[in-house]
Amino acid sequence: MPVSATPTIDPASAHRSNADIAVRDLTKTYRGGVKALRGVTFDVAPGTVFGLLGPNGAGKSTTVKILTTLSRPDAGTAVVGGVDVVKHPDRVRRLIGCVAQQSACDLEATGFENLALQGQLYGLHGPALRARAMELLERFGLAPAAKRITKTYSGGMQRKLDVAMGLMHQPRVLFLDEPTTGLDPQARADMWGEISRLSRDEGLTVLLTTHYLEEADKLADRLAIVDAGVVVTEGTPEQLKSELRGDAVVVELADAPDAGALQAAVAETLREVAVDGRTMRARADNGAAALPGVLLALESAGFNVASATVARPSLDDVYLQHTGRTFDAASDDMKENAR
Amino acid sequence: MSSLTLTARQTSGIGVRHVRALLRQPAFVAISLVQPVIWLLLFGQLFKSVAHLPGFTTDSYIEFLTPGIVVMNAMFGNGWSGMSVINDLDRGVMNRFLVSPVSRGAIIAGHLANSLVTTLVQSLIIIGLGMWSGARFHGGVGSVVLLLVAALLLGAAFATFSDALGLIMRKEESMIAAVTFLVLPMSFLSTLLMPSTEVTPWIKDVAAFNPVNWAVEVGRESLNANPHWGFAFSRLGFLVLLALACLGMAVRAFRSYQKSI
Repeated sequence: MPVSATPTIDPASAHRSNADIAVRDLTKTYRGGVKALRGVTFDVAPGTVFGLLGPNGAGKSTTVKILTTLSRPDAGTAVVGGVDVVKHPDRVRRLIGCVAQQSACDLEATGFENLALQGQLYGLHGPALRARAMELLERFGLAPAAKRITKTYSGGMQRKLDVAMGLMHQPRVLFLDEPTTGLDPQARADMWGEISRLSRDEGLTVLLTTHYLEEADKLADRLAIVDAGVVVTEGTPEQLKSELRGDAVVVELADAPDAGALQAAVAETLREVAVDGRTMRARADNGAAALPGVLLALESAGFNVASATVARPSLDDVYLQHTGRTFDAASDDMKENAR
Repeated sequence: MSSLTLTARQTSGIGVRHVRALLRQPAFVAISLVQPVIWLLLFGQLFKSVAHLPGFTTDSYIEFLTPGIVVMNAMFGNGWSGMSVINDLDRGVMNRFLVSPVSRGAIIAGHLANSLVTTLVQSLIIIGLGMWSGARFHGGVGSVVLLLVAALLLGAAFATFSDALGLIMRKEESMIAAVTFLVLPMSFLSTLLMPSTEVTPWIKDVAAFNPVNWAVEVGRESLNANPHWGFAFSRLGFLVLLALACLGMAVRAFRSYQKSI
């Protein structure tokens, strides 16, 4: 059953007519019967960063392949920059820049040569081509390496060159498919800086896919959580987190407790109490204020508390709430399936 | 900018990319220049005495062999063209091209331009060495040009066919098996090493449909003082049609590739 409704979409943004990316009920089944998409729907407003968040295999890359004209959907529509991707792929290609999941540098060519060829494919030539290539090399800190074969670049440098190539023809919409996967923390932080600059300073519309919660939280103005080929929820990171109403309270006990007795002890102060081994997870409107009472109640009921933490809701919690499993568990499942 | 200018720019950009990558591998360049020379000298020695058989119109086997080696080199060199397509597919470079406005024809044509420049240089070296070893092109410069055109057309057919195979098979091992399977029988089911009067009749019959043989026949005519131009041009015509068919196949192979992703 295709699930196209996005439960948390706010009415103002639904079916926005001036959206730079408008996706409706996209479905795609691969040869061999793998259902990659089962009805994906979302909108991206101009000049914003939109995040598609989900574990590997959720359908993020398939969505990007369709939106960038590489692949065709079985059903549904996708409009980018006002142009239908299935009907007019050539016109869409001029509007978009793409950075694929896997680095796509030509390893036998230098950084400059990679950019120059990329520009030529879009019709740039002469001094304008050279100037644009040099400008991007400067901006991404690659100018000193401009004449080196990209085989000698680090992973982070290759990734920067990928993004620079995506920007070469000054696209209106930029697709970034897992731009920081495989990067070391420093290179990831650099890339995050670049991505936020793109939408803030240049008004670019960016569609970002990621399986890092932190990345989506940090970069995306709005985001959709994708699971098993369907958008399970959509909104700003703040909206999604505030829906959870309250902080996460996690208490670690010295011994595995009797779940029923434990729940009875804290029933008055905590909601959504779940026990897993020696760990108790629950919610409270104000976790910090509730904690002393919780500890007292546990002590008097005879439980030995080893540690207690209070955390603001994270996207991991949002993911757990909408899909019934933690993000890490979903990612591990996918890895298992891939083997 | 007209779409023709744009396609020309895309094609030359992609062509330059391949030529540059080639020149950056001096060992590869050296081997690809020396290899046809070794074929010419080795086969020339190995089969030296067969030129005394009655079917030969010349006493110099090297003379007989030179056009054949030019053709064989055009086939062998370009048959591997698809390997770099597979490399581009693996590296994600092909997908980067396919989401840009580049025409599929320009991707193939740019790649082909590089292959044909290589084939031309190799052919000139073989012809030069053949002449140094005693081969004479009695039809003059025009006949040498004829041989080159035949070799380039056959090379273009093999290169584009190989590109199509690369897009369809997408595995280096499968590609190596397919190309090896093709080139050796195609060389030997022709009059590349032996004149048609000396080969088994069924081979002669099969050779009539073998594109390698068409190119060899054109090359052989170029040795004559009075080439049968009509015959040579009919074979060139076949080669043109074949090259166009292979080009069409390569462009179509992109569609099959995109359907699979």
